[in-house]
Amino acid sequence: MSVLLLAELDDGTLSAATARTVAAAAQLGPVDLLVPGPRAAADQATAIAGVAKVIHAKQALLADGLANLLAGLAEGYTIIAASASTTGKDVMPRLAARLDIQPVTDIVAIEGANRFVRPIYAGNALETVTDPQQKHVLTFRASAFRPAASDNAAPVETLDTDIASAARFIAAHRTQSDIPDLATAQIVVGGGVSVGSAEGFKLVEALGKTLGAAIGATRAAVDAGYAPNDWQVGQTGKIIAPDLYIAVGISGALQHLAGIQGARKIIAINTDPEAPLVKIADVALIGDLFEILPQLTAELEKSGVRR
Amino acid sequence: MKILVAVKRVVDHNVRIRVRPDGSGVETSGVRMSMNPFCKHAVEAAVQLAEAGAADEIVIVSIGPKPANDVILTALAMGAHRGILVETDQPLETLAIAKLLARVVAEEQPDLVLLGKQAVDDDSNHVGQMLAALTDRPQATFASEIKLDGTALEVTREVDSGRETIGLPLPAIVTADLRLNTPRNAALPMVMKARSKPLAIRPATEFGVDLTPRLAVEKVSPPPERAAGATVNSVTELAAIIAADVNEMEAI
Repeated sequence: MSVLLLAELDDGTLSAATARTVAAAAQLGPVDLLVPGPRAAADQATAIAGVAKVIHAKQALLADGLANLLAGLAEGYTIIAASASTTGKDVMPRLAARLDIQPVTDIVAIEGANRFVRPIYAGNALETVTDPQQKHVLTFRASAFRPAASDNAAPVETLDTDIASAARFIAAHRTQSDIPDLATAQIVVGGGVSVGSAEGFKLVEALGKTLGAAIGATRAAVDAGYAPNDWQVGQTGKIIAPDLYIAVGISGALQHLAGIQGARKIIAINTDPEAPLVKIADVALIGDLFEILPQLTAELEKSGVRR
Repeated sequence: MKILVAVKRVVDHNVRIRVRPDGSGVETSGVRMSMNPFCKHAVEAAVQLAEAGAADEIVIVSIGPKPANDVILTALAMGAHRGILVETDQPLETLAIAKLLARVVAEEQPDLVLLGKQAVDDDSNHVGQMLAALTDRPQATFASEIKLDGTALEVTREVDSGRETIGLPLPAIVTADLRLNTPRNAALPMVMKARSKPLAIRPATEFGVDLTPRLAVEKVSPPPERAAGATVNSVTELAAIIAADVNEMEAI
């Protein structure tokens, strides 16, 4: 079973999620990795263990173009896969319908050649499905898989594509920051609406900076304008699986809990000992975040936490 | 402009769902059902376009059992003009749903199809994209802003790196994200009026689409439960725990 995997790019560079989706896909067969973007990203991808060949397409494409590109390559493969990122979610169902395939998406565990586990109802239930179709279209939740090693030297094949797209790219509005990628971060500090303001949210960001952590936010905090939309964690935002999640002033709505179930350890800082998030936390500190956060950040700075 | 909005009836998003002990699925009988939240944003977007004079007809379509009429009525009360229920008691996969919708699109010829980006029950996030493929139309998923300029759309999408704006010609398919708008609650007179709006009920079998599932769902199980751990009493204690954890972490 050969796999054609769509690499995940962020602003023209290979994103950390790619090594994780390669690790997932490699469980199913040799992986040809399609990198649509700059040559440098394709070269970077050659190092990922499990990649048999990197296919470099120079064109950066929107969903319809990417689906056409993948459909053109699909013939030689049993599995066409991607990350369950906003790109993978945009492209793969379109590709699947073109190929008349029912896709299996957001896979968190692979239990056989065509047997997969995926969360439903915001992760409150897990569905085990078998896919008896001849060809499979799959997406993997990157955070559920450990990244593949980077000790490979796969060959690169360049495609000359000229794919037309009805949609056209106008502008990117990126959240500029030097903090780690939320979906794949080892440590995440998350803030809720009880920080009270964008200034209050800065306390959460300060703690994150000290720990070299990514920053997450609840939907309410994003809706209130305290944090940008790409920091949202939950059913409709990003799904995270860090080794450590520190939830500050987050009560724990079902939709937020959906996004953090993969966290190895959860620490909660909250005034309410009965908050649902406190009830599932491994460690909780009950108290006022405005008093706790500056002190905690200062103590961690002082102890010289190694990151 | 004519707009078609597809809506889904799901277990209300505030209900804490229960997995059946025999692993056959999630308990849905006797559970409060309502319109999928993302679909509400799609309906609201259509109504706002009509109020701005950009759309003259909004058609609502839902696929499901007879009680799915309720979510069509909700959409009609919000301001849509007529509804179509494609009736089936069989649970359908997203590809079959998209194929049925493609038939409705072929009949209705809407300039714009709006859908929610995902349903909060199966969390698939497939149907809009599949419908776009089957009708060979451009797509803009996860929309947080829609601007209409003559026969073209400018849509801002919520993506992993922030937001991006793309342009697409009509006819097109757009799926709604939560920050697109604030859906209205229909006033009682509108709810009463909705009952007199046209609502066609058509059996799913009449569309000539193969509805046989492609996948086999073996079982549905609850996720592993997390139990509450320890409470610490001071910031110093917490700082020590965090420092120890961080120093132990394996480098990736």
